Amino acid sequence: MFEDMVTARHYEERLQEEYLEGKQPAFDISAGPIPGELHLAAGHEAAAAGVCQHLTDDDVVTATHRPHHIAIAKGVDLKRMTAEIFGRETGLGKGKGGHMHLFDPEVNFACSGIIAEGCPPAVGAGLAAKKRNEDSVAVSYLGEGAIDQGAFLESLNFAALFDLPVVFVIEDNDWAISMPKERVTDVENGAKRADGFEMPGVRVDCDDAIEVYEVAGEAIGRARDRNGPTLIEVQVHRRMGHFMGDPESYRPEKDQEAAAERDSISRLEADLREAGVTGERIEEIRTTAHDRVEEAIAWAKEQPQPDPDSAHEDVFVNPPSGVTDSEPDVGTAGGDD
Amino acid sequence: MSEAESTRELTMSRAMVSAIAHEMRENDEVFYMGEDVADYGGIFDSTQGLREEFGYDRVMDVPISETAYLGAAVGAAQVGMRPIAELMFVDFFGVAMDQIYNQMAKNTYMSGGTVSVPMVLTAAVGGTYNDAAQHSQTLYGTFAHIPGLKVVVPSTAYEAKGLMHNAIRDDDPVLYMFHKRLMGIGWMPAPEGPKTPVPETDYTIPFGKADVKREGDDVTVVTLGLHVHRALEAAETLDSDGVSAEVIDLRSLVPLDTDTIVESVEKTGNLVVVDEDYRSFGVTGEVVASVADEALGALERVERVAVPDVPIPYSRPLENEIIPSTEDIVSAIERAQ
Repeated sequence: MFEDMVTARHYEERLQEEYLEGKQPAFDISAGPIPGELHLAAGHEAAAAGVCQHLTDDDVVTATHRPHHIAIAKGVDLKRMTAEIFGRETGLGKGKGGHMHLFDPEVNFACSGIIAEGCPPAVGAGLAAKKRNEDSVAVSYLGEGAIDQGAFLESLNFAALFDLPVVFVIEDNDWAISMPKERVTDVENGAKRADGFEMPGVRVDCDDAIEVYEVAGEAIGRARDRNGPTLIEVQVHRRMGHFMGDPESYRPEKDQEAAAERDSISRLEADLREAGVTGERIEEIRTTAHDRVEEAIAWAKEQPQPDPDSAHEDVFVNPPSGVTDSEPDVGTAGGDD
Repeated sequence: MSEAESTRELTMSRAMVSAIAHEMRENDEVFYMGEDVADYGGIFDSTQGLREEFGYDRVMDVPISETAYLGAAVGAAQVGMRPIAELMFVDFFGVAMDQIYNQMAKNTYMSGGTVSVPMVLTAAVGGTYNDAAQHSQTLYGTFAHIPGLKVVVPSTAYEAKGLMHNAIRDDDPVLYMFHKRLMGIGWMPAPEGPKTPVPETDYTIPFGKADVKREGDDVTVVTLGLHVHRALEAAETLDSDGVSAEVIDLRSLVPLDTDTIVESVEKTGNLVVVDEDYRSFGVTGEVVASVADEALGALERVERVAVPDVPIPYSRPLENEIIPSTEDIVSAIERAQ
């Protein structure tokens, strides 16, 4: 758990550096080696590690537009994920999906760039597990900004109604882009949303990975035992802007400072030391995580850019006849010459 | 008022805001709501400064609940207010499509004309910044296909202001689709073209009146949004080779100004239609069909340049392959004349 968390943190810090290359001094989103938007998750690690620790490769996870920490905790191939973020040919999605759209079927991981839209597919995975009489579970992540969204509320109802093995995890970082939580809902405890669906709802009010681990263990156990879904809300914190380049002018400085102080990783490290884990062992974990991240980034940067023609491939796995899967159709139409 | 004061050069986003502010000052029934539109000022600067002047009651940040707030705009419009609701990325329409295509678009018709829906739905469209398939679509055709929606697409600051004045004053629902790349946002540099002189006073650009942005004799190039600028660039490039291209900016898709297109094709005989939306069942097909309906005899050559039915890829070389470039337009004009 600690290793996943420090890997994720170092990964985010390194992606931040790589992302800013070529985009400064005047921030230009379309420059530099990493394309597009980048939503970093530093401060969210406890919610990922504490939950995914209970999962196997057969269990399904759907993550949000801020997916890296969850992907790491779920065991997504770090090198190929990094290559995808750099838009390279050997990336998880051959450079087509990018950082918000990582798919690794080997470990049943997916994410979506659309708020709350990972919830219904997680319900579907739970439904499949039930129909096939398998004991796998599905976990769907969402942000606290997403808990007013129809897809989330409909998914809660559906999962509860059919007693599906699904755990919904809200990462409450207090901010939906520029909107603080108190300005989007009157329900302070998001886990209470579960009450309306006769489903257990538990809030972990701090960035404590151990507490998340315990609460998640119970929820995932219930799901595996076919006792239905659970909703968990974990208080995390947003150490950075909503996306890289977000000036955060809407955010009070004291809130940023408070977020920077609440660090789930230092907290877990203190707990580990107290439990007798040596400083040497902790350093060893940090070094392993560090090396793994550096190796993935170095590998990704060496990967080739995709062949432009490949843009036309993969629209279908079974292209209908008449559709050329590898060549653009830009020929002359009409005319009488 | 001196000439310098009455006409100043604005970015497209400032021009939009200037029209909205004017209408809000004139009419208390006009209000704006959307995600991150108040404190942030709109992710694409679409509402910069409005909250400071009009306060939170009239510039409303809303929860991430598109069905609720787009539907609320329909409801408020039906009782006589004039809401402007912003859908941050047009790609997000799916989470609220019923309110758009079954309520907003159809209530006037189903009420036998007794109910009107005088609202504006603004949405950012377009790619060119490597944000992948869920944040880069243009989707002009999707909305223009639905009866009951007026669809407008500004290409410059001048158009942005005049079309916005008209949209807010129109008694029907208007979908106002602005291209991110044209807005003049610091982090997404715009081409030269969209920043234009804009009169300080209010003025309207009627819907259904295309603008001939460049006159020519050999080929008619019909396009809209960002691709007006790429088409103009292509036309300039070919000018030195003795090819004279006429560039028509549609400005609105519904209503579509077929007369201006037909008049031009009757002069040039050759038609190139350029669109950043998907090729099939879209703007290019519609324009070609309209000309064929009315002036089949005048058509000698037809070329369509559009996104080849592929979701917008993330990686830079892949996105460049898919989205029509100036060079693609140059080639199409060469083939067409």
